[in-house]
Amino acid sequence: MAQIVSLAEAIAQTVRDGDTVAMEGFTHLIPFAAGHEVIRQRRRGLTLVRMTPDLIYDQLIGAGCARKLVFSWGGNPGVGSLHRFRDAVEHAWPGPLELEEHSHAGMANRYVAGASGLPFAVLRGYSGTGLMDVAGGEGNGTGRAGRAPSIRPVTCPFTGETLTAVAALNPDVTVIHAQRADRAGNVQLWGITGVQKEAVLAAKRSVVTVEEVVDSLDPRPGAVVLPSWTVSYVAAVPGGAHPSYALGYYERDNDYYVAWDPISRDREAFGRWLDERIFRPGREGGMP
Amino acid sequence: MTVKAPAASGAARPEGAGGSAGYTPDEMMTIRAARALRDNVTCFVGIGLPSAAANVARATHAPGLVLIYESGTIGAKPGRLPLSIGDGILAETADAVVSVPEIFNYWLQPGRIDVGFLGAAQIDKFGNINTTAIGGDYATPKVRLPGAGGAPEIAASCREVIVVVRQSSRSFVERVDFVTSVGYGSGPGDRQRLGLRGAGPRMIITDLGVLEPDPVTREFTMTGLYPGVSAADARAAAGWDLAVAADPELIAPPSAAELAALRGFRHSTGQ
Repeated sequence: MAQIVSLAEAIAQTVRDGDTVAMEGFTHLIPFAAGHEVIRQRRRGLTLVRMTPDLIYDQLIGAGCARKLVFSWGGNPGVGSLHRFRDAVEHAWPGPLELEEHSHAGMANRYVAGASGLPFAVLRGYSGTGLMDVAGGEGNGTGRAGRAPSIRPVTCPFTGETLTAVAALNPDVTVIHAQRADRAGNVQLWGITGVQKEAVLAAKRSVVTVEEVVDSLDPRPGAVVLPSWTVSYVAAVPGGAHPSYALGYYERDNDYYVAWDPISRDREAFGRWLDERIFRPGREGGMP
Repeated sequence: MTVKAPAASGAARPEGAGGSAGYTPDEMMTIRAARALRDNVTCFVGIGLPSAAANVARATHAPGLVLIYESGTIGAKPGRLPLSIGDGILAETADAVVSVPEIFNYWLQPGRIDVGFLGAAQIDKFGNINTTAIGGDYATPKVRLPGAGGAPEIAASCREVIVVVRQSSRSFVERVDFVTSVGYGSGPGDRQRLGLRGAGPRMIITDLGVLEPDPVTREFTMTGLYPGVSAADARAAAGWDLAVAADPELIAPPSAAELAALRGFRHSTGQ
């Protein structure tokens, strides 16, 4: 059964230095407040997993929390680059960042395999791309298939056709944000629900921040429900997905995404942002 | 018509807003891209320029166009341009919203989608796309780009692909630095050899005109030019020895209705 605790306690109980941590939410319901709490607790050496690193991982990477990034699209959506991510890759600042790079289809299938208790998933993908060669941070993109540590050609045992296998993802911790939980810790999310269900079921431990804890969850068409016994901790964090959006609660704060660009471009501006928005006393557990 | 030459590429572009043409090169590009989408087809829409063009198509000649976004929204009908491929307006106006594993596995992978509509940072003469890294080597690139997203499988599995990209000698290269998404690989027969089931890129639409693959060599050839753009302009804005059709199509300028649709979207989105 999920325990309902504070955000600070949920992160302290689940995220340890060196862990593999997935924070999912595909444009919608990105768990920003939880990401900021990880920065605040000064976790180090994390392998960060996320299809779209977005601003949340730009912030974690810039703050020095990450050793490695497993991802498929690392831009500032609708705005441009993630400059902390680029600074880490291009100049190893604040430290080197190992990459394990995939396509969206590959990442989604890796979570499916993890949630299914299988060592790998099979898809039609990657054939002819440089990604088969370089995932893991080495190689030169010349497409010599088979060097990537989590992408391999595989032969169908029935037809003999060559397909692509991707290794399962089983994070130590998955963190997501949802609209609601009830007092027993059952979680409900709706709208664009991305890979959150798979990411939670694939993980050893999980944290779900929610807009509100309610007495009972009313049924909603198309909603994903994660029963309480599949979740480790639930924390009520209203606004916890800001500046992304929570359908039915608030819209994306697009100005924040635009304003992030100059902060992210400049190491000193980013340092000031960390001091003022993350480390200054009184910022704990609130709106990012 | 007079043309102006931006310093970035040294190539001429059609007159910008404020010039005699009354529209910008980007507007011409987006509208030509919108025209490439027929009514009542299904279209897997990439982020950025393709999304703007697909929405203009739906608002003008293709009201039955089915827009599918990788966030899992099928049949989205946004009344403004989405801010991202996961904008809430896509979910709220969609016929169906499915998970991300489902959109790729059930909908894209089997070849159900007619057209994949993609952008690019760098593209080569065989239509291979790089959105991963430019310069240096993979581990220490000169410029790190966002990466693959949904594009590799869109390029592989849609029945055909249309690419929208601004044309310059930097973005149009002999061979991409990194193959993120496969066009025709290194030439005829490569897609079949790699097991890619879609037909590949049918058209590249730029801010100078339109390129289509040579039916035999699969090398992209400039087959259409916008008003005020010459064959020499197009060749100057390519990093390979770009072939231009002997009698390239003169592409019609934007109609008032097309411009109104595009600018209406821009206005309502605040972009």
